[in-house]
Amino acid sequence: MKPPPFVYHAPTTVAEAVTLLDETGEEGQVLAGGQSLIPLMNFRLARPGHLVDVTSIRDLDYVRREDGRLRIGAATRQAAVERDPAAAEQAPLLVEALGFVGHEPIRHRGTVVGSLAHADPAAEIPAVALAMDAELTAVGARGERRLAASELFTGPFSTSLEPGELLTEAQFTAWPPGSGHAFLEFARRHGDFAVAGAAVLLHLDGGVVDRAAIALCGVAGTPVRATEAERRLLGERPTPAVVEAAAEAATAGLTPVSDVHGSSAYRRQVARAYVRRALALAAERAQGGTR
Amino acid sequence: MTDRHRIALTVNGRPCEAEVESRRLLVDFLREDLGLKGAHIGCEHGVCGTCTVLMNGESIRSCITFAVQANGSSILTVEGLSGDGRLHPLQEAFWDHQALQCGYCTPGMLLRAYEFLQENPRPTPDQVRAAIASNLCRCTGYQFIVEAVLDAARRLETAGAGRGQEPAAPRA
Repeated sequence: MKPPPFVYHAPTTVAEAVTLLDETGEEGQVLAGGQSLIPLMNFRLARPGHLVDVTSIRDLDYVRREDGRLRIGAATRQAAVERDPAAAEQAPLLVEALGFVGHEPIRHRGTVVGSLAHADPAAEIPAVALAMDAELTAVGARGERRLAASELFTGPFSTSLEPGELLTEAQFTAWPPGSGHAFLEFARRHGDFAVAGAAVLLHLDGGVVDRAAIALCGVAGTPVRATEAERRLLGERPTPAVVEAAAEAATAGLTPVSDVHGSSAYRRQVARAYVRRALALAAERAQGGTR
Repeated sequence: MTDRHRIALTVNGRPCEAEVESRRLLVDFLREDLGLKGAHIGCEHGVCGTCTVLMNGESIRSCITFAVQANGSSILTVEGLSGDGRLHPLQEAFWDHQALQCGYCTPGMLLRAYEFLQENPRPTPDQVRAAIASNLCRCTGYQFIVEAVLDAARRLETAGAGRGQEPAAPRA
């Protein structure tokens, strides 16, 4: 089908975009890469009266390394982050996960920040943001505020952003040398959303885990942080038994939905296997001294 | 309510100006307004890839891009691949290897392969398979497409090498 009529706005500053979103109220919707929104409009599942295209704001198109942080603007395409040397160095987990986001033609248009705002529970970037404790900047008519990725996701395709608020930036803090990362997911077809996926970071000191982060996608209404499993890893050497126990802890309480791609139990089983594999790979990378 | 915008862009090397409704999809603009029927409409939600065109040299889905978003850009469609009445080596390879049956996916497949071979002029079969995973073909089973892309890579390399050698190594 074709999208319903709407008024298109191409602001060139954040202030202009925020004013437009404020003025258009319920009718207004942010357009970034559009790779999820435009299909929804083609299906007429979304009918925004006004689209505010933030990719026309040049000031929001950047990937910056600053004080051990990687800062990504709301207009920055996923493909640009994927090939950015600073991103590879500061946030290799994000870059690895981007390889699973749709296909190249989708990543040429899709944005990192837009994926966060869209909050698809099966999507890769939100899980990475959760694992990396990404810090987000939101700007609204009443000003600017910071929020943690853990505060953003409230449900499937739902966020804590206020009406009229625009997510302008995501900051990812680099993990120190001696860390290992891994993003792994299982999907029915290359480029599909994950049946289940795991984003993992480990830091080892003398062969012992002293910092761990595990987030999963595709297994709940939001991406999920496995804090209990992280806690169990601390002070341990990442042996196969320890990794298996952590994977079990990360997935034991999950009740994923059953759908055409698999039953709830199947998804949990897949998630457990992928957490296990991701932990093993991250540990190997941490010990190899490569990040 | 009809919201219209003036856009100026380059399509297959030719400057083009038009007024479009904001909801006009790029693929419809190319097909209906410019008469370039090469970009096909398949799923119309960004999954099948038959609407693939290059925007500023990068493959995109023209069914989930608005024409107004293409303002200021340079678009390449399959019609722009061939020139002077001659098929592009990639198109010749598709012909020779029977890399199409119904042909519906072919324009998108050609443009995706064209972009990929520019990034990776000497790919392995696995790399070709991964690259064209973005584009669905329901006829061929992909094998002949993979063979055609690999052959096109060889043809382009030979053609490129030939051109490169001309000034440096003139025939004795």
